This record gives sequence, structure tokens and C-alpha cells, in this order.
Amino acid sequence: MKAYLTRRYKFSASHRLHSSHFGEAENREIYGKCNNPHGHGHNYRVEVTVSGQPDPETGMICNLADLDDFVERRIMPRFAFSNLNELEAFRNIVPTTENLSRELFHLFAEEFRRASVEKIRIEETMMNSFEYAGGRELNPEH
Amino acid sequence: MVYLTRKAEFSASHFYHNPKLSPEENQRIFGKCNNPNGHGHNYTLEVTVAGEVDERSGFVMDLKQLKDIMHREVIDAFDHRHLNKEIPEFRDEIPTTENLAIAIWQRLEPNLNGARLYRVRVYETDDLFVDVYGEK
Repeated sequence: MKAYLTRRYKFSASHRLHSSHFGEAENREIYGKCNNPHGHGHNYRVEVTVSGQPDPETGMICNLADLDDFVERRIMPRFAFSNLNELEAFRNIVPTTENLSRELFHLFAEEFRRASVEKIRIEETMMNSFEYAGGRELNPEH
Repeated sequence: MVYLTRKAEFSASHFYHNPKLSPEENQRIFGKCNNPNGHGHNYTLEVTVAGEVDERSGFVMDLKQLKDIMHREVIDAFDHRHLNKEIPEFRDEIPTTENLAIAIWQRLEPNLNGARLYRVRVYETDDLFVDVYGEK
């Protein structure tokens, strides 16, 4: 039976929401507090969901140690304690958590080879979260 | 369509070991989880059923009935047990969270009195959970 495994990670980073498509006043109006030129930070919680048939030999979709190792080597050095606006990925894109979930999805999908990546879900704060499944709909009727 | 989810908890021990592999391979693949004396978790089970709301009762399914079925089929069997040694499904299968979720689906699905099982979610820890939807 196909199974979906979700692992949660966390990192802290800062960002400022400001779009070159709008003027100063418009940016302030649209992004409010998040437009503060000095930036602000969050403790992001990231959920990665991978899917597949459990391997008959190991009972696993993929070894969690491999997933943890990938996150430790490829994700954390880029994002933990970073200013998201400084990253290449956000040079021309506003580092909203919508765009952060898309960026993380593509990094996992392109670089993590041990399992199929289904979805990224990010909690920016306890009060909001964002999900991206590579453009697919969430929760298909199974 | 309305989705109803009921939670339950159980505590159990397990270890990961494949007798077809060498001790070194087992250690390499399963790491700490290969300790033959086992280790334990407080598992949280979330069972979601899907259905239309019954006009007379206002229910998708009687929650009390769902709770009783979850306890009879899963919690009473798994709680305070050693999964490898005491649960028939894990005599030959490794009790990973993936296989645990599949075993729970197979125990519940035929026993829901007509309600449609939508999802089984098993949390091994707050930071790790597995979902199954009964897909082949």
C-alpha cells in the first residue's frame, strides 16, 4: 500500500516583503509591518512529505537518516539563520512563505533522489501555514 | 462530503531488524532503531472517515462507535505491547511507522460498519508521521 511519510524540521531566518513592482507607498500599504526596511524574522517549521511503497527489505519509504542528512547538508546551510532576501532564489521574487514553499519543494524534488517528494508545508507562525505540492491539488480523493 | 477524524493514543515498543541481512547491514540501515532490546514511542493515531451527513442524526458516523472500533481493532491490541513480538503482522514485517499505518488501515477498513475510511495517520513523534489512503 502506498504510504506518505512526513518529517518536520525547523529553521529561523529573516526577510522583508517588498516588491519592485510597486512604489514605496504601495509596498507599505500591501505588506504593512512586513515591509519594515530592516526586516524581521520567523521560526519556520517545515514539513516535507515523501511517498512510495515501503521497501519490503526495510519497511521504509526512504531511510529517515538519508532525509535528515539531506536537510542537514543541502537545506540548513542555505536557509538557517539567513536573510532570505539575500538568497539568489529571492533576488527577483518576494520571499513570502508562499514563494519559500515553492523554492523548498523544487530543491527537494530536484536534489533528493531517495523518494518521491509530494508536498512542502511551512508554518511561518503558529497562526499561518502554506502548502505546495508542485502545482498539484492537495488532498485528492483517493 | 464531510471528513470526521478521531484520535487515540497507544504506547508500544519495537525495533527494526531484517533477519535476511547481516548484523552490519542491519546496523548501517537501521542505526539506533536496531537495538535488539527495543525502544518505545507514544503513538498518536488519527482515523478519518468520509461521508455525507445523515439527515436524521446529523452524523457522518457515530463517534462513539468509531472510538469503540478503533479501540477494539487497534488500541487494545497494540497498547503496551512489543510490536515485533506480540502483533502478528510484524512477525515477518518490520514495524516501521509506514507498515504500522498500513496494518492499522487493514484492521479498520473491513470493520467500519459501512463508513468509508479516508485516511489513517500515525504519529511516531510530533515531528514524524505517516499517512495512508488505501491506495495500492
